[in-house]
Amino acid sequence: MCSTSSLFSLLLLCSVAAADPLRVCSDPNNLPFSNKAGEGFENRIAELIAKDLGQQVVYTWFPQRRGFVRNTLKAKKCDLIMGEPVGFDLAEVTAPFYRSSYVFVTKRGAIVPTGLDDPRLAELRIGLHAIGDDYANVPPARVLAANGFVNHIVGYPLYGDYREPSPPAKLIDAVANGDVDVAIAWGPLAGYFAAKHDLVVTPIVSDAPGMQFAIGLGVRHDDHARKTELEHELKKLKPKIDRILADFHVPEAR
Amino acid sequence: MSRRISTLLISVACVACGPHDSPLDHTGSPVIAAPIVPGTPPTTRLVSPLPAGDWTLPAGDLANTRFSPLDQITTKNVANLHIVGTMSTGIPHGHEGSPLVVDHTMYVVTPFPNDLIAIDLTKPGFPVKWTYKPHPDGRAAGIACCDIVNRGASYAAGKIIYNLLDGHTVAVDAKTGKEMWRTTVGNINVGETFTMAAFVVKNEVIVGNSGGELGVRGKVVALSVDDGHELWRAYNSGPDIDAKIGPDFKPFYPKDQGKDLGVTTFPPGQWKLGGGTVWGWISYDPETNTIYYGTGNPGVWNPDLRPGDNKWSCSIIARDADTGAAKWAYQVVPHDHHDYDEIMENILVDMQWNGQMRKLLVHPGRSGFVFVLDRVTGELLSAEKFVPSTNWASGYDLKTGKPIEDPTKHTGTNKVAKNVCPSSTGAKEFVPSSFSPRTGLLYIPAHDSCMDYEGTEANYIEGTPYLGAAVKMFPGPSGHQGELVAWDVVHGKRVWATDEGKFPVYSGVLATAGDVVFFGTMEGWFKAVDAHSGAELWKVKLASGIVGNPMTYIGPDGKQYVAVYAGIGGWMGAVDFPDVSEDDPYAALGVVGAMAGIKDYTRPGDVLYIFSL
Repeated sequence: MCSTSSLFSLLLLCSVAAADPLRVCSDPNNLPFSNKAGEGFENRIAELIAKDLGQQVVYTWFPQRRGFVRNTLKAKKCDLIMGEPVGFDLAEVTAPFYRSSYVFVTKRGAIVPTGLDDPRLAELRIGLHAIGDDYANVPPARVLAANGFVNHIVGYPLYGDYREPSPPAKLIDAVANGDVDVAIAWGPLAGYFAAKHDLVVTPIVSDAPGMQFAIGLGVRHDDHARKTELEHELKKLKPKIDRILADFHVPEAR
Repeated sequence: MSRRISTLLISVACVACGPHDSPLDHTGSPVIAAPIVPGTPPTTRLVSPLPAGDWTLPAGDLANTRFSPLDQITTKNVANLHIVGTMSTGIPHGHEGSPLVVDHTMYVVTPFPNDLIAIDLTKPGFPVKWTYKPHPDGRAAGIACCDIVNRGASYAAGKIIYNLLDGHTVAVDAKTGKEMWRTTVGNINVGETFTMAAFVVKNEVIVGNSGGELGVRGKVVALSVDDGHELWRAYNSGPDIDAKIGPDFKPFYPKDQGKDLGVTTFPPGQWKLGGGTVWGWISYDPETNTIYYGTGNPGVWNPDLRPGDNKWSCSIIARDADTGAAKWAYQVVPHDHHDYDEIMENILVDMQWNGQMRKLLVHPGRSGFVFVLDRVTGELLSAEKFVPSTNWASGYDLKTGKPIEDPTKHTGTNKVAKNVCPSSTGAKEFVPSSFSPRTGLLYIPAHDSCMDYEGTEANYIEGTPYLGAAVKMFPGPSGHQGELVAWDVVHGKRVWATDEGKFPVYSGVLATAGDVVFFGTMEGWFKAVDAHSGAELWKVKLASGIVGNPMTYIGPDGKQYVAVYAGIGGWMGAVDFPDVSEDDPYAALGVVGAMAGIKDYTRPGDVLYIFSL
């Protein structure tokens, strides 16, 4: 990239290339994925990629809620979303850099259900995230309903109270303080907060729709060059990325 | 002739009238309206003062008829109506609601940031007198589901009172534009917003919340007009004490009777995310001191996860205006499968029913039926389809009050439900209908829209991937999505309906004593039709689609004027915004598909129009 014959041009080109920022669309309050202090694993991976490309990360902060993609990526305020599921149609998603699943979160020594059809679920208080979009519920909720386990479900709004840090973490806190016997949550979120409370995380094996997702990087639909470049980086940096994910206790899908 | 008829139609026993009573009001014995066209409309009695010179309430009147006794504009001369004033608010978002007129000043509440603009109707060009800027919290705009709209204000005791999107109700001095009080009524941090028109009853202002899909608990709150302090609040889910259900509560049907039904009709604890918000209209009967309103859907969970009736979602509730104590409730759609919020208007009118005068409540529902109830007892007298394609239920059993549902039209886990009518936007949205006592007809701004529902679309919020619903909406069997339906209340049938083409009718309706009915289309046509025949008498193309409500008033010159907003937006109209792509017909719960092509017909706008002869 910086190969030219003249030293002067070399310096000029390199400094221009280094100044070109990696513009990332990110949620300022969404651990373990990202936060404004850069403490999330998406922050770390963004920095890793940027460094390899000789770029600086510049963030556009926006809550990852209704209107997120439209107001950030689509509005061209930024060019990259650090995590979107393969199959997401609002963005072009690269080949995945991790696969995870919904998991059970329980206290040490407590019953771990063998699956979403374990008859003991009828007697347990089950914590779930409530999505807050018309008609939408987390996929495990659908399976629980199909299996008839609806009488002891406790909902924790995914959006929560945005004044507080990490609103979705309330679901995991609920396991730690005994408000529920088991929580069913999305892997990376569960892994990170469960580790803080020394709780047990058990991936759920299920072929029901939506129980597992492959997560890649999201770019605009027409941004093919960037997608190619990023997929190259993901391959190249895979060992380091895997290490970051392990540090954050992201459970791998079984 | 016209003066005699206007006098006959004026209301009675005005125990709670404020300082802006129509000059035609009189006290004393009940006033009965005689039929205008021999043999057709039944005898009708109106129970609240009608908006004569001024327009001081969201619907003009307390009973929500949206009927004006003004008759200078008639079927004979409405073709001469023309634009005499315009004003841009500068905010190209959905302009729902309507302006108020008090003492020759017009008041406009804008979409977020919810400024209040006072317009001088005594001067040429109708200049702005002042603008009050409340500066609500910008985060509310990111939380509100369905564009950053506001459905209007009320006037009382020298104050204009309305809601800010971010969970405050404000009262502004109508003469000076100074803020008199601001009360916190909700918490945007948990997704609670306020879009409905604050409604004044005597010395109270009553407000309701939005955000049911986020699990916000629905409620109504009454504040003092004087200083905004809270007088009472009632929730629409949870234990009876929260819902202000006590010894005076007498629901008509066994299905609605019992203790703590707001708890027991959900799995344990689920009522806390139980929805039942109040983002539509409130009406009031001054003779019985009762308020009436409808509630939204049961919150966050899919139907499979919330077995039970889920009270008091999708219900019509009657409460004592002074205390909020519930008098009766009728759950219109138990255990909702279709997002059939029943927050629509409840029009209060006394009519002949099976030979005797009866106190009625008329509710054209999202679910496709016109519900007629006895508003004293809550008994369902009739439920008939005002859009014939309605198929989620074949009818209602009047003995039990329950819908007769088609289970193949239920949505749910891994279910595919095809051709469900009406779609989630309903046979009618919140946009308010109007009733004319001169014809006995209810004029309903309607949709003929159906949907295919399939729960499989990958989505991602706050780092959590899930499968959302793939909903596709399309015109119903009539082939056109928009119609103005004229409905015979007593006989429960469509008398006529206009064909408004591709897009649903998403504006309010105004019926007048000149026998003219005004409404607007999403393409931007503002129309006047004959109240008897539906014949189109006049129309004009405005700068943007119309999602607000026409109103009428007497100007300083003694002439009748009509005003309406043109500014497309709201849940369906937002498809027209430049940053919303039409690529995905499933987006916005299928609304994008239903509104395909809107950008070719109209563009976002923000204009107030004033018309006269």
